[in-house]
This record gives sequence, C-alpha cells and structure tokens, in this order.
Amino acid sequence: MMGYENQGHEEAHLYATPAEMESLVLTDNDDSSHHQSQPNHHHPLSSSLPFAAQIPTDDDHLLASPSFLTHSQSQSQNPIPNHSSSSSSFKFILEPPSYADAVFRSFDGDHINETNGHDSSSGDLSSSPPSTVEYLSISVSDPQKEQDLANSLVSGGNTYVTYLITTRTNLPDFNGSEFSVRRRFKDVVTLSDRLSESYRGFFIPIRPDKNVVESQVMQKQEFVEQRRVALEKYLRRLAAHPVIRRSDELRSFLEVDGRLPLVRNTDVASRMLDGAVKLPRQLFGESVGGAVDVSEVVQPAKGGRDLLRLFKELKQSVTNDWGGAKPPVVEEDKEFLEKKEKLQDFEQQISNVSQQAESLVKAQQDIGETMGQLGLAFVKLTKFETEEAVYETQRVRAADMKSVATAAVKASRLYRELTAQTVKHLDKLHEYLGAMLAVNQAFSDRSSALLTVQTLLSELSSLHLRIEKLEAASSKIFGGDRARIRKIDELKETVRATEDAKSCAIREYERIKENNKNELERLDKERHDDFFNMLKGFVVNQAGYAEKMASVWDMVAEETIGYAKDGS
Amino acid sequence: MQQRSFSGVSQSPRSPSKQPPYLAVSVTDPAKMGNGVQAYISYKVITKTNLPEYQGLEKIVIRRYSDFVWLRDRLFEKYKGIFIPPLPEKSTVEKFRFTAEFIEMRRQALDIFVNRIASHHELQQSEDLRIFLQADEQTMERARSQESGIFKKKPADLMQIFKDVQSRVSDVVLGKEKPVEELNPDFEKLKRYVFELEDHLAEAQKHAYRLVKRHRELGQSLSDFGRAVKLLGACEGEALGKAFAELGAKSEMLSVKLQKEAQHLLMNFEEPLKDYVRAVHSVKGTIAERAAAFRQHCELAETIKLKEIDLNKLRLTRSERTADAEHEYEELKADGEEARRRFETIVRLMNEEMVRFQEEKTLDMGLAFHEFAKGQSRLANGIADAWRSLLPKLEACSSS
Repeated sequence: MMGYENQGHEEAHLYATPAEMESLVLTDNDDSSHHQSQPNHHHPLSSSLPFAAQIPTDDDHLLASPSFLTHSQSQSQNPIPNHSSSSSSFKFILEPPSYADAVFRSFDGDHINETNGHDSSSGDLSSSPPSTVEYLSISVSDPQKEQDLANSLVSGGNTYVTYLITTRTNLPDFNGSEFSVRRRFKDVVTLSDRLSESYRGFFIPIRPDKNVVESQVMQKQEFVEQRRVALEKYLRRLAAHPVIRRSDELRSFLEVDGRLPLVRNTDVASRMLDGAVKLPRQLFGESVGGAVDVSEVVQPAKGGRDLLRLFKELKQSVTNDWGGAKPPVVEEDKEFLEKKEKLQDFEQQISNVSQQAESLVKAQQDIGETMGQLGLAFVKLTKFETEEAVYETQRVRAADMKSVATAAVKASRLYRELTAQTVKHLDKLHEYLGAMLAVNQAFSDRSSALLTVQTLLSELSSLHLRIEKLEAASSKIFGGDRARIRKIDELKETVRATEDAKSCAIREYERIKENNKNELERLDKERHDDFFNMLKGFVVNQAGYAEKMASVWDMVAEETIGYAKDGS
Repeated sequence: MQQRSFSGVSQSPRSPSKQPPYLAVSVTDPAKMGNGVQAYISYKVITKTNLPEYQGLEKIVIRRYSDFVWLRDRLFEKYKGIFIPPLPEKSTVEKFRFTAEFIEMRRQALDIFVNRIASHHELQQSEDLRIFLQADEQTMERARSQESGIFKKKPADLMQIFKDVQSRVSDVVLGKEKPVEELNPDFEKLKRYVFELEDHLAEAQKHAYRLVKRHRELGQSLSDFGRAVKLLGACEGEALGKAFAELGAKSEMLSVKLQKEAQHLLMNFEEPLKDYVRAVHSVKGTIAERAAAFRQHCELAETIKLKEIDLNKLRLTRSERTADAEHEYEELKADGEEARRRFETIVRLMNEEMVRFQEEKTLDMGLAFHEFAKGQSRLANGIADAWRSLLPKLEACSSS
C-alpha cells in the first residue's frame, strides 16, 4: 500500500514542525519530584546538546478524572450504532499518548470502520468485522504505468496508470472473499456512467474529477497519489451505499479480471448513422411500422445521440417555462418541493459552516505553532541563564523558565493533536457537501424524466389534433380521401406507439420518484446519525484536550505560586 | 498592578507619635487633554508619605509622559552606575496612541516605573524625584524645557557608545589598538551576558506578542464558526437543529473567553517581558556610562603622566613657568582623582545593582510565569467545562 492511510496523510502535512522541536529529547520521566515546588536543582541542566527537558507523565491525573470514566461507561450502554468509534475515541483520550508517535497515530476507531467500506462513524457496523455482519472493504494501491499498445500511433505511445483494486467481502453476490483486479481511471468513469444510467433517482456518490492535464503531470507521483486516494474514497462510498453495493456494475468492476465487461450504452447516435435506429422516427411523426424501442424512453436524451428528442424536450421545457398553459403533468408533490428547497438551504449552510470550520482549524493550528515557538525561545533562555549563571537567583529563574518552556512545548503538541482530530471530525461537513452533488443529480434525473413524460404527452395531443383535422377534411369528400385515410391510419399507429412510450415514461418517472423518496429518507437518517456523531466527537475532542492542557498549566501555576501577590 | 511600598530605608528610632517612614506612589486616571495633533494623555500621580522632605501627607499632581522622561533622564545623569528603571516606549503608530489598551498598558508601566524609583534605596532620595512628585505644573514644565537638549542623551548617542564598546572589545581581541577598555574579565563576561540576554529576551517577547494575537484570532474564528453553526441549526430544525444551536452558542461564549485571555496575556505576560527587555537596555546604558568614565579616567591618567614629565623638566630648568605648571599639575591630579573616584563608584554600584537586578527579574518573571500559567489554565478549564456541559444535551437530543 502506497503512502499513508488517509488520516496519516492528512496529519503529516498539516503541521510543519520546526526541526528544532523534533530534536528536543523529551523523556517521559516519572519524575515525581518535578511535581513538587521548584526549584528543581536535582537535575542541573547540562550544557551539552540536545537539551534534555523532562516531561512528567500525566497518567494519574487524567485517569483519575471521574467525568471521563463515568461518561465512557454510559456510552458503552448506549445502543446507538457507531458508538464504537466514539468509545475508542474516549480510550484514546484517556490513555496518555506517547509524544513520539503522537503525530502519526491513526484514529483507531476510524481506521477500523474505514475497512468496512464506511467512512468514519457512518453506517451500522461495529469496529471489528464479525462474520455475521456483511462487509465490503475496498482498497486502492500500487499504481503502475502501462502501455496502451493497441492504439499507439507513435512508438512509446499512450501510457496510462492502473491501480490495484483489492476487495475483501463476505457478501454472497461475489465469487470469493478476497480478490484483486487492475483498473485504470477510464474504467472508473465507465462504472460511474453505468451506475448513473441504471440507478436514476438514487443519490449516487460522485466520482473523482477527470483532471484533464498534460500526460507529464499525469505521471507525477503527487498527482497519482492524489488520484489513488480519491479513487479509494469513491469506491468506499459506493460500497457504503446499501443499494449500489449490490449492483452488478460494481460487482463486475471489482471482480472481473481483465477488460471491464461493462458495455457502453446502446449508442443511439451510431445506430442512427447505421440507419438501424427506430425510435427517433416515431418521435419525428413518421410511421415505420416497427415497434417502439421503449427502453430508449427510459434514458434521458443525451447530446450527440437523440438529437431530435433533445430538441423536442427542449421545446417542451420552454413551453413549460414561457407558455401560458400549464404543462400537462406538473411536479405536484408538495412534500418533495419543500424538501428540495430545504436541501438547497442546507447546502448553503453546510458550505458556510465548512468554510468557517476550516478557519477554525487553521487558527487552532496557528496558536499551537506559536506556543511551540514560545516554548523553544524559553528553552534557549533557560539554557543561557543556566550556563551564564553568576548568582543563585539566576538559577532559580532558569528553573522557572524551564517549567514554562516544558509546558509550552507540551501544550503545542496537544494543539497539534487536537487539530488533527478536529479535522477528522469536521471532515464530515465536506463529505455532505459532496453528497449534495449526488442529491442534485438525483433530482435532475427526476426532472428530466418528468420532461420526457411531458414531451410525450404534448406529442400525443398534437397527434390527436392532426388526426381530428384530417378526419374533418376527409369527411367532406364523398367516398373518402384515400390519401388522407391512409395518413390517418399511419397517425393512429404512431399514437399507439407513442402511448406505449408514454406509459413507459410515466412508469420510469414514478420509479425515480420512489427512489428519490427512499433516498431522502436514508439521507435524513444517515445525516442525523452522522452529524450527531460529528458533534459528539468534536465536543469530546475539544473537552479532552482542553483538560489535558489545563493540567499542564495547573502544574506550572502551582510551582510558581510563591510569586503571586496576596489575594491572587 | 504592582504597587511597592517604601522599603529599605533606615528606620529612625520610633517615638510613640512617629510611624515608620513610607513613600507610596501611584499613577492613575489617564485623561485625554487637548485636541488634534497637540492632544496628549495626562496622568494623576498620587503620593502618600510621611517623609519630612515632602510637603504633607498626600499630594496629587498631574503629569504627562514627557515629565516621566525628564525624571528618567535626570536620574540617568545623576546616578551613574545605577540601573535606572525603564520607561515604556513612545508610541510610534499614531492611531494606537489613544486606544484604551495602549493607554492602560502605558499607565501600568509608568506606575511600575515610579514605584521602582521610590523603592530604590538610592534613587528614592533624589531631589528630582521630589520635584516630580510635588512640583506644580508650571515649575514642572520649566524644568522640562530647561533640560532638553543639554543633558538629554539621544538614543543615537547611546547606540554610538555601545558600538564603541563593542568595537573596542573586538579591536583588543584583534590586537589592533591600545586598549582603552577595562581588562576586567568579570566585566567582559557581564557585557557579553547582557548583550546575549537581550537577544534571547527579544525573541521570547516577540513570540509572546504573537501568542496574544493568536488568541484573538482563535476567538474570532470560534465566533464566526458559532454563528455559521447556528444558521445550520436553524435550517435543520428539530433535535439536530437544537444540537447545532447549542454548539453555536457555546462557540460564541468561548470566543469571548479567548478575547479576555488575550488581554490578560498581553498585560500580565507579554508586557513584563517587554519590561525586561527595556530593563536590559537600561543596563546597557549604564555599561556605556562605565566605559565612558573609564576612558575619561584613563585619558586623565595619561595626561597627568605627561604633565608630570613636563613638570619635572621645568623643575630641572628652574623655569618661571614652573609655578603655573605646578598649579596645573595639582589641578589635573585633583581631576584625575575625581575621575578615578567616579569610575570606582560606578563599578561598585554596578556590582550591587547586578545583584538587585537579578533578584528583581527573578521575582518579576516568576510572577509573569505564574500569571501566564494561571491564565492558560483558566482558559483551558473554561473550554473544557463549556464543551462538557454540552454533552448531556447532545445525548438527550440524539436519542430523541
């Protein structure tokens, strides 16, 4: 597996640690004498580098804190799912972290949850995957450069990157419990497109951007790594969706070795060019006598393909907007319209909160950094005063400074950890921003299906109108008008075909409406759970680290209390 | 507010009607005077004392910043060898001159300044201090305008003296010049110590100031975050909405705490560090004075030696100028004696002052550290409490 897990990756570049801070040799010394009143003369500071500062552990102090323990206990009785991630977050706070690995410590609860195909704290899975619970865990790794030999016009031709997609699952749909395939980004695009077609109305996670860039950039390690991370996130989201995870498309993508078997959609445009296409001519109003390929109707009109259909639907939508008459079928579901508006509002607010959250994280990071620099400055001062000490009082001052310096460096590291954790929690906000894209897509599926229905209805009514006119004209001629009668028959055929298409379109529309409804319910529930966990995680995190910092400073305050004025 | 009462004065035998001598001073009530470019801040200086040299038990005078500068300059002139307590800087940025924060910081620093003088066993006896504490405003103004330009050593001059001191040291090391510097190893050590100390302190103070800013920034972003969260809550509604609303409210509350702590940090930690830096500057000034006195003493000694040679020549030749020369020689010797005495006083005083200085700084810093730690602890506990109090509410909301 290349690089860090997601969390590690985030943490690693979050904080540019001054090299000096890292070179400080910090011994987690159970030096209880340090707790007593200063000055700490027993350990005269040697002038040799690196400067050794002693940091007493704060085990006892924290574990004794009753609020943590009782809360953790009450949490374990809580039947709410995803509690596991929060209880392990408690554990994380209770245990004094070793400062050396603090920076790269992964958030254990998260890590385990991720392998279940869920992003942190979503879904209903416990931390370890027991055999009774269904899991679908995907990871993306090992990018390799490969040559597209078939299409290379120039020698050395078209290179692209493939990724190893490893799946672990106990779902019955799959053949096996652990397997891998190699896929390139193009395959992911295909997967995404197929899913959009098959699962209209669902909130399908949005795939990573295509990023059309120069081939040179394409191969740069940074870009490849970014893409790998993005792909992994995307596939995991797909695996987390209760309906999509069971889809044939996803299964084929994950399981079938070699070329991706997902067929490109029936390309109406190319069939049109072949002269084999049938449906569009129905919409042209010409009779062909063939059956309507109703399956066409269940897809939205796409540019480059159903040109005529696009044109008619566009005309319809203009009529909808500007025509005086109400369109034949209207989005009447009030509940839906309300929901839609609310979601738009929600999207805006989420975006706003997400932005402020970013600033908050940055401010937290900054204060930690400055605290660290202050600590360093005092470390240097301490060393200086100790080395140059002529008077006893200087040594006393040096000892005081050492206390403060140590505390400041500690506090700085706490801020760093706090920030890394905060990022993880508040990341949920970003996720939901992304989810809104999927929601908007699903709503757009609905409106385009509705538009198709409306278009067909308009078509029908204009067909009927023409038939009427012809019949009226024909009846005036005695014995009938052969040409006109033939025309009328043709039109009646078309009407029948169009009626079929209409029924199909309406069924599709209703289906999509149903999908929307179910997905909205799912979204509500998941959002409710996710956000509550986010809030709890955030709050617990903030409180935990604040308490740690308080105990660090309490000690220094205690040690220096001799200097305080009376009554302070 | 550090208000040090009178101390270290030899106590006269107590008669039943007499209290022990005291001299308590405070600088209060800053008020803006005048308008536009001429505007300035005046302070009330309240003196409470039973010392006979002072008029009455309590005296209140109005003073402005330049009066304090006058006092400092006079003391610097008269009490060479003593580290004169430092003054807060003149404000360089116009727009901050009249902010409440700046005025309060300055008032506090001026109060400390006067109190340090009043509690210094030598300085407290100064005539200039008495004038400062008692004279009416016209007298004060007259005294102030008299002195400017004559005795006032501009910072530029002092810097030049430092440079001389530093360059002379290096010259000696490089063997360039005949040393006109003391070859006193302790003094050399002291000079190095003082110069290096200043660098370290300046860095610490810089970060302390940044830390104050960071607190303010964090406070601001918490406030913005809280507001945004509240809006989200309004949009969500129901249990989740309530939870967001609570979170938003807490964030805003904590933002206030952070601003408060920023202020506390500024006044009780960053300012003492700045004060320490200023004090080191004052020490450097005294070092320069010592160097100047030494040079003068040496130069005179040289001159005297030369004069002595001349004189002996004249004596041998029995010239009529001998008498005058003898006279000049005696005068020179007296001057030389004076210069030597002055120099040695400075040396003696400086040694005593270093002890006092180090002790004072240990106390000052100890207090500053205590306040720093207390403030951080208070803030952290406040934050922890606020978030903790939210948890049961969150639990209640989520289960509903």
